[in-house]
Amino acid sequence: MTIKQFLYSSVGTKAVMALTGLFLSIFLIEHLYGNLLLFYNDGGNAFIEYSHTLVHSLFIRIVEIFLFASLIAHVAQAIRITRQNSEVRPVKYSVYKVKETSTWFSRNMGITGSVILFFIVVHLWQFFVPYRITGTVGGEGQVNVAQEVKEAFQNGWYAALYLVSVAFLAFHLNHGFQSSFRTLGLNNRKYENVISLAGSIFAFVIVGAGFASFPILFYFGIAGSTF
Amino acid sequence: MIKLNSKTPDGPLETKWTVYRSTVPLVSPSNKRNLEIIVIGSGLAGASASASLAELGYKVKCFCFQDSARRAHSIAAQGGINAAKNYRNDGDSIYRLFYDTIKGGDYRAREGNVYRLAEVSANIIDQCVAQGVPFAREYGGLLDTRSFGGTQVERTFYARGQTGQQLLLGAYSAMMRQVGTGQLIMFTRHEILDIVLIDGNVRGIIARDLVTGQLERHFGHAVILASGGYGNVFYLSTNAMGCNVTAIWKAHRKGAFFGNPCYTQIHPTCIPVSGDHQSKLTLMSEGLRNDGRIWVPKIKDETRKPNEIREDERDYYLERRYPAFGNLVPRDIASRAAKERCDAGCGVGTSKRAVFLDFRDSIKRLGRNVVEAKYGNLFEMYEKITGENPYQVPMRIYPAAHYTMGGLWVDYELSTTIPGLYCIGEANFSDHGANRLGASALMQGLADGYFVIPYTIGNYLSKEIRTKPISTDHEEFSKAEKNVRENISRLMSVKGKHSVDHFHKKLGKIMWDKCGMGRNEKGLAEAISEIKNLRDEFWKDVRIPGEAGDFNPELEKAGRVADFLELGELICRDALQRKESCGGHFREEFQTGEGEAKRDDQNFAYVAAWEFKNGNGWEMHKEELKFEVAHPTQRSYK
Amino acid sequence: MNLTLKVWRQKNKYDKGGFVIYPMEGVSHEMSFPEMFDVLNERLIAKGEEPIAFDHDCREGICGMCSMFINGRAHGPQKGTTTCQLHMRHFKDGDTIVVEPWRAKGFPVIKDLVIDRSAFDRIMSAGGFISANTGSAQDANNIPIPKKNADEAFDAASCIGCGACVASCKNSSAMLFVAAKVSQLALLPQGQVERRDRAINMVKQMDGEGFGNCTNTGSCEADCPKQISILHIARLNREYLMANILE
Repeated sequence: MTIKQFLYSSVGTKAVMALTGLFLSIFLIEHLYGNLLLFYNDGGNAFIEYSHTLVHSLFIRIVEIFLFASLIAHVAQAIRITRQNSEVRPVKYSVYKVKETSTWFSRNMGITGSVILFFIVVHLWQFFVPYRITGTVGGEGQVNVAQEVKEAFQNGWYAALYLVSVAFLAFHLNHGFQSSFRTLGLNNRKYENVISLAGSIFAFVIVGAGFASFPILFYFGIAGSTF
Repeated sequence: MIKLNSKTPDGPLETKWTVYRSTVPLVSPSNKRNLEIIVIGSGLAGASASASLAELGYKVKCFCFQDSARRAHSIAAQGGINAAKNYRNDGDSIYRLFYDTIKGGDYRAREGNVYRLAEVSANIIDQCVAQGVPFAREYGGLLDTRSFGGTQVERTFYARGQTGQQLLLGAYSAMMRQVGTGQLIMFTRHEILDIVLIDGNVRGIIARDLVTGQLERHFGHAVILASGGYGNVFYLSTNAMGCNVTAIWKAHRKGAFFGNPCYTQIHPTCIPVSGDHQSKLTLMSEGLRNDGRIWVPKIKDETRKPNEIREDERDYYLERRYPAFGNLVPRDIASRAAKERCDAGCGVGTSKRAVFLDFRDSIKRLGRNVVEAKYGNLFEMYEKITGENPYQVPMRIYPAAHYTMGGLWVDYELSTTIPGLYCIGEANFSDHGANRLGASALMQGLADGYFVIPYTIGNYLSKEIRTKPISTDHEEFSKAEKNVRENISRLMSVKGKHSVDHFHKKLGKIMWDKCGMGRNEKGLAEAISEIKNLRDEFWKDVRIPGEAGDFNPELEKAGRVADFLELGELICRDALQRKESCGGHFREEFQTGEGEAKRDDQNFAYVAAWEFKNGNGWEMHKEELKFEVAHPTQRSYK
Repeated sequence: MNLTLKVWRQKNKYDKGGFVIYPMEGVSHEMSFPEMFDVLNERLIAKGEEPIAFDHDCREGICGMCSMFINGRAHGPQKGTTTCQLHMRHFKDGDTIVVEPWRAKGFPVIKDLVIDRSAFDRIMSAGGFISANTGSAQDANNIPIPKKNADEAFDAASCIGCGACVASCKNSSAMLFVAAKVSQLALLPQGQVERRDRAINMVKQMDGEGFGNCTNTGSCEADCPKQISILHIARLNREYLMANILE
């Protein structure tokens, strides 16, 4: 069996989804760590320094390639799966109580994923492009990234978009985390509950509460008063 | 009367099969690939035969009426499969399995066949385990066994309460493997409507594609009928809705003799009838009698709830009458005993046609968990059907038509009286005599398919290696197809008032009332004339909607019921001529003072093989049964 | 009790099909679902109409032939129950019951509620077996199998091939069916020799039959009449990935 055949098989396609998804999840932890530096009570210097490293480190350059590749692969496979799955039931049920047998979020990863993708684009446009592409961070007289973040979150619309996206992300991960372990064949009767509990903690507590804290705390002026 | 030759090899019982196998003519691999075999039915017998023959290199076509070979009714067998492995060290042996089977069959089976069955039984378990059948195991990883009716050893291998399913799926997977190699072609949703004879040999079949309604012709050097039993002649039985006699009946009409049609088995532990809508009866495995105790109230017309009836007010009638075997007496005896108590007015439930099967004592002795592990799925099924929880109240059970020991007459090679036409599994009459022991049907089906037919069919095919495939344009094919077509249009053109089921239910009632658990001369004579009338009425008044050239389940049913209406008469005729009681055949005129069956070995130790005389009823031929090893004694389980 | 049945009628695979409403009087609580259809069909025949075609055979929940999508659920609302074992006591007087065939590209409708599930047979013939020719087996007790593995293999092997997993899955995925067989044989020592080819070949055939991708929603497990665990899908994935990595 060739690698291409493998990647196009139903299980192979899903394996790509799972692996890229898990890799992107690791990035989320790293991203969260960086953002938490904003709460470091030093006028945003730790965060600025961190941003500086992001832009100038060679290692990060390489990881960045993998990140974008993963994101693209994740989205591309998702589109393929969604398209395939939309053709497998040519005549729809007139009564379909699928909600009795599965959760809305498990069935609608495409919708949650699309919201997240939209947010990623906006987010990259706002922070990544100006700082990373135009390279204006870190020198004398240049913008204070921490300040920028604070200002962005003080915009109610942006904070709301961020919050909604994080919520979708949390639910996306709640299904995606344990689903990816199943897809990779990494769970069994013994680990099943542990994995799904770990998935929920990761999705709602770490990623969900973690990222939601930024818009909330900045919007209400609880954080960032020293920038 | 024709002298029937069973072709049982000479020599001592123990070496008959070995000698036969070692001396039977063979077909070389290069010839096998030019020989075509048609198998009708994909149950245990049909599936195992199809797979084994395809593995040998023959070109095999297998037909079933269901949408997949995996759905044949062998799948519903619950309890287990017997094998003389003696893993328990409890004194089992090939001889004992042979003896139990002959005795359980009330000395009406052929010794040579039964001994061979016992001999190959051990190989079946090996074969099934190799296929991945998940039999129950002990903690040490070895196979577990349990005991079953009519035996005093634990030789029954099982896979929870779904042994038939697991064995069938094993055989089915072996079949699917051959389908993958192209050696076997599977025709699902096909029904066989006639066999084709050319110069006295079977040469093919006429089948109807049930989806398109089109008739098809198929050639084969040999045809194997593995189409199962005819229990649905009773309308209500434990058989699947589609089980039918059509394939073997068409063969019978073309000259294959029908052996012992009156030997029908009534299973003692089924869920009782709940109303007129009832379409089938559900079996509760005989395995339940291992731990369940059967009883009825001592007094008539008891109205209290079962749990309120005190121990000394209960009549554990099997334990009372048969202390040695207790609740594990053979099926025919347990069924009749239940009928006797209900006739005496001690029956329970709303219909008063039921007895209790109680697990109270076992739950007390073993704990609910153990009982649940053993029988959980059966208890669940009972609760689904009746809405009652058998952990709390005793099950209600009553006998129901279950298995047919009779079938096409076959010789030692499983060949019918038509050259090239074989019959295996429940469809033939051979191994169970007048009564089948529990867990022996699976054994026989697989023995025939895996280990007998692959050898014996070679004897016939070795003479066929020069026969080139015959074109299905041959006039005999055209004639047969024309007959089938005419028969279908006759059915379609009746356009009467009543549905097929209407007639089937009426037939079932006649059969159950007059040719069921108890039979007598007067009733049987009445039944014969009633069936004849019903048959006439059917052909004048049946209504089949839809078209013949289309998917038409009513037409399928009509063809089957038309055959049952002929078979029913033959069953009654056979029951009428057999003036003795033996196994499942209980003639009320012939019983001991204690109500036990009274056999007549002097006059009836024979197989009744019926020949169809077109338009003139039937002629009976006899095959005398000789018992050289297991000498008939009065069967006693006391 | 009295019910209203809304049943899918379709002449053949080319027909568009549509719902027909049948008032259904005098239904007994003791009836099974197909028995109610028998009664309805008897009435239709008496009126000179064509009865409703539906698949059924053993009527004791094991053959896997029955296949009705009842009120939005495969085999109806009762957990772990096939259509034939669903009894009318679970419905109330006055209920409207919608009955449709399994709907999936892999299961085309033949007529009314009857569908073509031959795709499952083809998947099985691609690898759902252990190649053990008749007569070649060693003594059964030469292969000891831990009771735990035997029991788990049995859980998977109890699949009846009805297709409810496909019917209830939003993606019409056949993963649970394939997983049950792959898992059963992977758990047994007899199945080791062919385990890699089996996983690869069965998945390949499944993909070719037009079933969708598994997205782990869990509907299959919830509607499976034999309650086969979705964990078997994890084992299938593992088998498939390992087969690809190690091949």
